[in-house]
Amino acid sequence: MIRLDNITISFGSRTLIADASAHFKAGEMVALLGRNGTGKSTLLRAIVGLGSVQGGDIYIADKRLRSLSAAERAGLIAFVNTERVDVDALTVRELVAIGRSPYTNWMGRLTDEDRRKVEEAMQKVGITAFAERRVETLSDGECQRAMIARALAQETPIILLDEPTSFLDLPNRYELCRLLGELAHKEGKCILFSTHELDIALSLADSIALVDTPRLVHLPTQEMVSSGNIERLFNSDAVSFDAISGAIRLRR
Amino acid sequence: MKRENIIHPVLFALLGIAIVGLIIADLLTGTTAIPIEQVWATLMGRATDASHATIILKMRLPKVIVAAAAGMALSASGLQMQTLFRNPLAGPYVLGINSGASLGVALFTLATPLLGIATSSWLRMFGTTGMAWIGSALILLLVMSLSRRIRNINVILIIGMMLSSAISAVVGILQYMGTDESLKAFVVWTMGSVATVTVEQLYILVPVVMIGILLSIVAIKPLNILLLGDAYAETMGLNLRRSRIIIFLSTTLLAGSVTAFCGPIGFIGLAMPHLARMTFRTADHRTLMPAAILWGAVSMLLCTLLCDIVARSGMMLPVNTITSLLGIPIIIYVVLRNSHRQ
Repeated sequence: MIRLDNITISFGSRTLIADASAHFKAGEMVALLGRNGTGKSTLLRAIVGLGSVQGGDIYIADKRLRSLSAAERAGLIAFVNTERVDVDALTVRELVAIGRSPYTNWMGRLTDEDRRKVEEAMQKVGITAFAERRVETLSDGECQRAMIARALAQETPIILLDEPTSFLDLPNRYELCRLLGELAHKEGKCILFSTHELDIALSLADSIALVDTPRLVHLPTQEMVSSGNIERLFNSDAVSFDAISGAIRLRR
Repeated sequence: MKRENIIHPVLFALLGIAIVGLIIADLLTGTTAIPIEQVWATLMGRATDASHATIILKMRLPKVIVAAAAGMALSASGLQMQTLFRNPLAGPYVLGINSGASLGVALFTLATPLLGIATSSWLRMFGTTGMAWIGSALILLLVMSLSRRIRNINVILIIGMMLSSAISAVVGILQYMGTDESLKAFVVWTMGSVATVTVEQLYILVPVVMIGILLSIVAIKPLNILLLGDAYAETMGLNLRRSRIIIFLSTTLLAGSVTAFCGPIGFIGLAMPHLARMTFRTADHRTLMPAAILWGAVSMLLCTLLCDIVARSGMMLPVNTITSLLGIPIIIYVVLRNSHRQ
């Protein structure tokens, strides 16, 4: 679904990722890991078309990203970022319905089919009960679910999420990632999300893409654990990674 | 049946009735008392009293039309700016439209006497109105050309505000240097008035406002998508640049023209979109845009009526004072409510 072909990504004059290639498939949930400032967000933004790559090419569903129009991209990739949506008087259902906009007419009128897709999307993430509530009254976890429902309403084979688990408490983090896994496995979507939750990524993701500046390593989760890359990257004076249990320990 | 399916039509009907009622009240109110039968007969073209007919057709009717058009225009452009900048305190003037207009007028009223070209100059052809329109259009062109290269909408907001301040400073210098007489002419313009527009000028103002309103209707879907911010809008396939151009163009036509003809009218464009949101309780521009437009008409017709009532006692209040007194409490309420929410 998403193929990175020798891409180079920089931020200003700094090269973050150089000559990276990877292939993220349909039906796969991929966790994007890396230390702060290594370019996880920049990479995600480049894949959705909000940023550009300095070298190489990105292919989405075998089409060159550069040659796709904004409207064509909108039919292939949905994006969810960390930004909290704060809109006066917007209900959850209205928010999710905005996800239908690539398909509606010039006035944005919802057809019966659009309405059905909106209800389906809310049902899948379990927010139907508060469809009439205002977005500003939602908790962070509920808000994140609503934003994912909006992405589902966009009906794309690919969903990219930038740190969807930040601001969530522990049960909510696992809930959310389990939901993303379900969407990948049951609906055959390709899901790529960046995160700092090593334990969640290792226990739930199908494969891990690791930004190891300036390389990007993409391996199935078990192989990644035994590859030694994670220890090398995340070990510090304060913590160590145990490959067998997959847990992070504090050094004493 | 959903609650809003019943309430929204009722609210729209109430606003419509309010507009008709206010138009009738405005036509009946003035320093000369004209009975309602006379007003009706004049409107139907069966006037019996020539002087009354002149007052109705040449003064009160244009004023009512200007007030309604100005209110609709300012409110529609205010709503667009609030959504585009995702800022509840944005209004039709955030891009520097009124300072551009005031620079045009200042150049006309203040600078021309200083340069000794006040009489029989080509500038007179444009008049205050033309100069104000040129001023606001030039500023918007400047902001728009800058915004082509800038992705971040807040940077555009800051540039617009800084441009306004810089222009105000230039206008300040012109005011300082201007003669007493020309200064008064300038200050009178800044107070705003819906009564100075002539019947001939209506033939320009009304079509231009209509085009601006049409563009705001075209902008409804982009505005709904922009509610979630630029990043989401782009990933949902919105052509950001084209949408911004439509919205900026609509705002110049609406706010720029109204400011040119009536002077800067404060707070209507800022407050009425909020009133529309509060009463209709929705963020969907398909409802919000017509609601804001109707609220704009109601508010300006009401302000004009209040001006007329006060005028009977011999006090000619500038319409700006009334719009401020009406709009500011609404703004304060919105700000307080937002601060409670966090």
